[in-house]
Amino acid sequence: MLEIALHILDIAENSTRAGARHVNIHVDEDPGRDLLTLAITDDGAGMDRETLTKALDPFYTTKKVRRVGLGLPMLAQAAASTGGGLILNSEPGKGTRLKVTFGLRHLDRQPLGDVAGAMVTLIAGNPDIDFSYCHERGEKTYVLSTEEIRKEIEDVPINHVEVLRYIRSHIAEGMNEIGSEA
Amino acid sequence: MAKITIEDLKKIKERVHAETALRDGHLRVKVTVHMGTCGIASGAKEVMDSLLKEIEEAGVTDVAVTTSGCMGLCSREPLVTVEILNQEPIKYEYMNPNKMRQVFKRHVLEGEIQNPFVLARGSETQK
Repeated sequence: MLEIALHILDIAENSTRAGARHVNIHVDEDPGRDLLTLAITDDGAGMDRETLTKALDPFYTTKKVRRVGLGLPMLAQAAASTGGGLILNSEPGKGTRLKVTFGLRHLDRQPLGDVAGAMVTLIAGNPDIDFSYCHERGEKTYVLSTEEIRKEIEDVPINHVEVLRYIRSHIAEGMNEIGSEA
Repeated sequence: MAKITIEDLKKIKERVHAETALRDGHLRVKVTVHMGTCGIASGAKEVMDSLLKEIEEAGVTDVAVTTSGCMGLCSREPLVTVEILNQEPIKYEYMNPNKMRQVFKRHVLEGEIQNPFVLARGSETQK
C-alpha cells in the first residue's frame, strides 16, 4: 500500500463492514506545523475496549477466511515512519474514529495519491452509505458530500456511471483549486 | 475545462431520466471487484478505474458495479467476479487494467468467458 488514498479506501471499507450509514473522511494539510492529518469517522457498530487494543495487531482479525488483518497495522507503520502516529477511538454502538498523523514534508511520507478514484470506488461499491470527503489546506477547504449530491439527483442512483464521473472530476477540480500539494 | 457546478448534476439527472424512460431498467450483468486490503494492495483500485472507464466509453446502462471484501484467496488478487443474469458467476484472478478491459469487452458485452484468466466458476458463498 503506497498511497494514502489506498489506505483511505481500505479503512473506509472497514466502516462499511461495521454497518456504518455515514463515513466522514477528513484530510488536513498543515504546512505551518508540517503535519498531514487524516481522520475517518463512522457511525458503525464500534468496538469494545478489548477489540480496540487488538485492532493494531497484524495477527488479529474478525474474519474467518484468513488469519491476518493488515489494514490498520500497515497504516500505523506508514504514519510512524514519518514521525507521526495513529489513534483509534471507538465505543460499541456509537462508531469509530481514527486519526492518523504524518510528517507532511517527511521524505518517507506516502503521497496522497488518487483520492478521487478511491472515493469513486467507495461510492460505487456502497451506494447505500453516505460519504463525505473534506480536505483542508491552510485557509482553503474542499468538501464533497454524497448527501448533498443525492438531494440534487433525486431518484438517479448515486452509483450511476455519469454521477460517478461527475464526482471524480469534482474532486480533481476541488483539490486543484485549494492547491493541495500532498 | 469548464468549472463543474451543481447545474451539471441537474443535467445528468435529466439525461438519465430520459434514458430510463426508453428502456425497462433491467441490470443484465453484475461485476464485483474484490476490494479487501489484499486486493487494494495488489491493484484492485486500478482495475476498478479501468472498468468504470470502459462502462462509460461503451455507454452501457445495464451493467452494475460493486465491491466486496477479502474472500481468503489473497495470493490471487486482484479478483473480479462477472455474473451475467441467470448464469453461473465467473471469478477472474490476477487481474490488471488490461485484462479488465478484455474481460469487459469480450465477456461482459459479448458473453464470451475469458478462460485463460478464470480462477473458478460459482460463488464463494452459499445462498
